[in-house]
Amino acid sequence: MRYLPLTPDDRSAMLAKIGARDIDALFRDVPKEAVVSRGVFDLPDTQGELQVERALSRMAARTTAAGAGPFFCGAGAYKHHVPAAVDHLIQRSEFLTSYTPYQPEIAQGTLQYLFEFQTQVALLTGMEVANASLYDGSTATAEAVLMAQRLTKRPKAILSGGLHPHYAETVETIATLSGEVVRTPVTPGQAEDIAALIDERTACVVVQSPDVFGLIRNLKPIADAAHAKGALLIAVVTEIVSLGLLESPGAQGADIVAAEGQSIGNGLNFGGPYVGLFATREKFLRQMPGRLCGETTDAAGKRGYVLTLSTREQHIRREKATSNICTNSGLCCLAFTIHLSLLGEEGLARLARTNHARASALADRLAKVKGVSLITPSFFNEFTLKLPKPAASVVDALVEKGVIAGVPASRLMPHESSARDLLIVAATETNTDEDCDVFVKALAEAMS
Amino acid sequence: MSETRYTDQHEWVRIDGDQATVGITKYAAEQLGDVVFVEVPETGRKIGAGGEAAVVESVKAASEVYAPIGGEVTAGNEALTADPAKVNADPEGEGWFFKLKIADKGELAKLMTQTQYDAFVKGL
Repeated sequence: MRYLPLTPDDRSAMLAKIGARDIDALFRDVPKEAVVSRGVFDLPDTQGELQVERALSRMAARTTAAGAGPFFCGAGAYKHHVPAAVDHLIQRSEFLTSYTPYQPEIAQGTLQYLFEFQTQVALLTGMEVANASLYDGSTATAEAVLMAQRLTKRPKAILSGGLHPHYAETVETIATLSGEVVRTPVTPGQAEDIAALIDERTACVVVQSPDVFGLIRNLKPIADAAHAKGALLIAVVTEIVSLGLLESPGAQGADIVAAEGQSIGNGLNFGGPYVGLFATREKFLRQMPGRLCGETTDAAGKRGYVLTLSTREQHIRREKATSNICTNSGLCCLAFTIHLSLLGEEGLARLARTNHARASALADRLAKVKGVSLITPSFFNEFTLKLPKPAASVVDALVEKGVIAGVPASRLMPHESSARDLLIVAATETNTDEDCDVFVKALAEAMS
Repeated sequence: MSETRYTDQHEWVRIDGDQATVGITKYAAEQLGDVVFVEVPETGRKIGAGGEAAVVESVKAASEVYAPIGGEVTAGNEALTADPAKVNADPEGEGWFFKLKIADKGELAKLMTQTQYDAFVKGL
């Protein structure tokens, strides 16, 4: 097939046909405040390769890489060690270059890793079924809300104030048109009384644990309260390594688990691509969005894999599909599967214990700094400090000392006055004793 | 004396007084292939003629089942949830989908008789 772009004559003819003066006339309904002015990028029209390389190198040199020094940011994206074997294996061309299997049965290797991924996700979350992944944790959460609305035929989703604000915004963007989304007040370091808000119109409550401030939530009573009113509990996990140590959301009564899988197998990647994990009860399977891989036997009785229950999906169900906006994150979910296979059950538990021990030791030391208090009574590898001054300014001051101290809560919730002095700090197995020493010393200096 | 009528969407409806029993025809069941899932409407739901009432899925397709005439659902065939294969085995008997209390018997006049439906299928 030849590909010939439109000539200026073609364009003029097309515009004349529909009665538009120029291309811009097609966009006149875009609100003024949403229009990006041409000058904003200030880029030259042309430049040689060498010049571009130098310009980009200069820009790159201004970046401080997460791996370059003491780094304590979390809040939904976690820096863990990914073994070199993971990157090596996912870069095999059979994996790296393959697109989604449109003739699935001949892609047995792809189907097998998807099946194993699903098995791992179901085991981790304590649920019965898991799909072959979604974009990321936030869109998985939005899909879970849509699914709960379909299952209960009720409109309202109640989001915990401890849900990561980016997740809440994603749910509001995607689920508002199909129902109603309400958020409970933000109560840093404390559990809000979300059970009291559940009524007969409530489809689901969405609770993150550990929450955005690192607080570990007891999901059991929330699940019971939701079920008593005919509503569902959606449990959100942004730090999946925590499930190596904590009781699974499934065991606590969650109906749907939506999680971010980046922590296992995947780097920070500037915020994406990540991998959304999605698991639920078998009785809700027909309303689950996304691709699902199944194990079966072929005509000769040998084990094989297929895509199954496809009648939920858009190529068959069209506008009535369980989702028309999802896809799976193939390569990221492969990285997850390989890394988790390398860790094994014991390895994951050991990794989780190391994370918790490191964070606990750091929290104890930071809380002893004058004027600083720890507001998260129960946490995994992330906790929140209350500082005597705005956290954003403290983070800036510590960057000057070579420490990336964490995420100021005000960055995630700029309109929340109670968040201004809060600093969200994560510590993982990648933080050395020296990193922690430097952090404690730098914070003490900044507070004096 | 009951009477059975048909729609061009391949549903059948059997009338007993003001009660109607609805299912999909033998032709529809054959076209779908092995039925693996059926969702029937809940009792008490009011559906207009032509409204979506149930869902049927086979290994290769999924489709809606529409109410041939309007009314209030008096029963859904829960047996199909556990054993959807009944739809293939006995589509116009044990494989019924739901029962309705008929709102307006006048709507029956728009539906096909057995002879008309047989001719309709032959022409497909």
